[in-house]
Amino acid sequence: MKRRDSRSLASTFAGYFVLVFFALVFLYPFVIQVANSFKTEPDAAADALSPVPHPFSTSGYEKVFLNTDLPLWLGNSVLVTILVTAGRVLLCSMAGYALARIRFRGRKALFSAVIGVMAVPPVVLFVPKFLVLNQFGLYDSYTALVLPLIVDAAGVFIMKQFFESVPVSVEEAARIDGAGVWRTFWSVVLPMARPALITLTIISFQGSWNEFAHTLVAVQSPELFTLPRGIADLVSGSLGKGTQYPLKLGAAVLATIPVAVIFVVFQRYFVRGANEGAEKG
Amino acid sequence: MADTVADTAPAPAPAAPRAPRPGPRLSAAVRENIAGWLFVAPVVVILGLFLLLPILMAMWVSLTDWNGQGSPFRPGVPFVGTENYTRLFTEDGLARQDFMTSIRNNFYYVAIVVPAQTVLALGLALIVNSRMLKGKTFFRAAFFFPSVTSSVAISVVFLFIFANSGAVTSLLKVFGIDGPQWFSDSRGVLHLLLGGLGLADPDNPPAALTDGGPFGLSWWEWLSGPSVAMCTIIMLVVWTTSGTFMLMFLAALQDIPVTLEEAGMLDGAGRRQRFRHITLPLLKPTLFLVLTLGLIATWQVFDQVYVMSQGNPAKTTLTPAFLSYQTAFRSFEYGSGTAISFVLFAIIVVLALLQRWIMRDRDPARRTRRS
Repeated sequence: MKRRDSRSLASTFAGYFVLVFFALVFLYPFVIQVANSFKTEPDAAADALSPVPHPFSTSGYEKVFLNTDLPLWLGNSVLVTILVTAGRVLLCSMAGYALARIRFRGRKALFSAVIGVMAVPPVVLFVPKFLVLNQFGLYDSYTALVLPLIVDAAGVFIMKQFFESVPVSVEEAARIDGAGVWRTFWSVVLPMARPALITLTIISFQGSWNEFAHTLVAVQSPELFTLPRGIADLVSGSLGKGTQYPLKLGAAVLATIPVAVIFVVFQRYFVRGANEGAEKG
Repeated sequence: MADTVADTAPAPAPAAPRAPRPGPRLSAAVRENIAGWLFVAPVVVILGLFLLLPILMAMWVSLTDWNGQGSPFRPGVPFVGTENYTRLFTEDGLARQDFMTSIRNNFYYVAIVVPAQTVLALGLALIVNSRMLKGKTFFRAAFFFPSVTSSVAISVVFLFIFANSGAVTSLLKVFGIDGPQWFSDSRGVLHLLLGGLGLADPDNPPAALTDGGPFGLSWWEWLSGPSVAMCTIIMLVVWTTSGTFMLMFLAALQDIPVTLEEAGMLDGAGRRQRFRHITLPLLKPTLFLVLTLGLIATWQVFDQVYVMSQGNPAKTTLTPAFLSYQTAFRSFEYGSGTAISFVLFAIIVVLALLQRWIMRDRDPARRTRRS
């Protein structure tokens, strides 16, 4: 019995060792990111590993705010993220509700089409999306940044699954009371869908805030750059000459903060989102 | 009371027993049809415009030599048939060489990333799930966090970490290792390995391998393995995606009833045996899902290549996705660029189907054996 105890103690210890080691591997890059954004350039170059800036300097942030278009990118990112998230939440829940509850002709075929759409790899649509935006004269506009992203097949799927799990009785009571389809949806069903709506809001927020590839085929004017696009330009473009790491890392920190905050606050919804995304497969 | 009635009633037939009202009202079925289509209309229109239509347009453009001027449908656009496709496979030239190089690079990338992230995700999930350990929520969050952050921001961080004076180089120095110059090192890892084992000299490769090979690349070039520069992207991606897959494994592990584990314990099965005969078979659907999602995602690697390497050094981090972008938007050969997209699409579809077929082939066999 005693041997067994010491063995389980050893395995507990080994378990923690592995967990802590990987927690360091997964989190230390962020420590490096934040620490080096507050270093001076020579310090960042000389001692990249150290988590303590020596001396502490905010010149990276000053430069990124004053010498780059970062404030503009930030504004564009906020605008695009709000519009895309609001659009996705509304349109995906409408479509999800219709597919789950309203018995209209072509419903099954449409749902199969939505599943089929989810299977198309986004990268493949790159150049094709540009062709359509260009053809309609939308290329290089806010519309091009927002409109193609405003609907997401996976979001429709998540909402449909959710509405199917809600008992029909409540809606039927509303309908018998004479509420129309829209009224039932808006004031009875949607308020019940809060957990699913939060999940969808969070996935949409994270997806649109981080979106990069779409901006490459949608816009080219620097005035329309979002944060990821601006940072990518900063790194690979003309400004990328020279190292300037504190500046670049500072910009990267600013791009990471909103998602990090939301992640800490709404962690369980993130987890749910990841697993619901898995179920579609 | 209404609740119980509604719950037991079959789902269809909503509000059927309604008294006919006077006036020109539409029937309930017609109204349902209209409402349904109105609800899905925005999604249908936008997916149609930005998903279906692009694919159809791209099919046309891939058959032309459109250079981005004006509309691709105007009469003057040269129609070239399937030339944009055949050039990738049969014609000796730069287009084929670049394309095949990108396929080679991405192949090695997939071959390392998919197994690595799957094993890491499963391992982490098993440890996090173990009942003896505390702090589950924290570790789960720590491992998952990288996958929710911006791919661009994180690529910048890795650029810095792997820079010549960066963290990894200093860390290796602590252990007395002289690290490579990660982003400018185009040497293939397999070449280095062959050299290290004394099987072939990378500076003077065997003529038998350099003389010929399929699709315009020599056997020696096909056998390069990922370049050192590509390895940094591989590490980055394994690091960012493992957390998501860990969550999937974790969810599946939590669905396994504890009684099953206990039954195995009572039967005297050791930990390893229990894993092999109880846990692993129950995780199989999740394992296949993770492999499939991984396979699909890894053939699409783009953001990291764009930010970290732009296909350099010596085109060893070029991937089909990036090549397609580069061909269309930098060389203005839109026909060629879309053709590459479609070939990539075909590769992904074929591999996904292949994997499904392998999975289907095995499952019934297992089931019959058991019964």
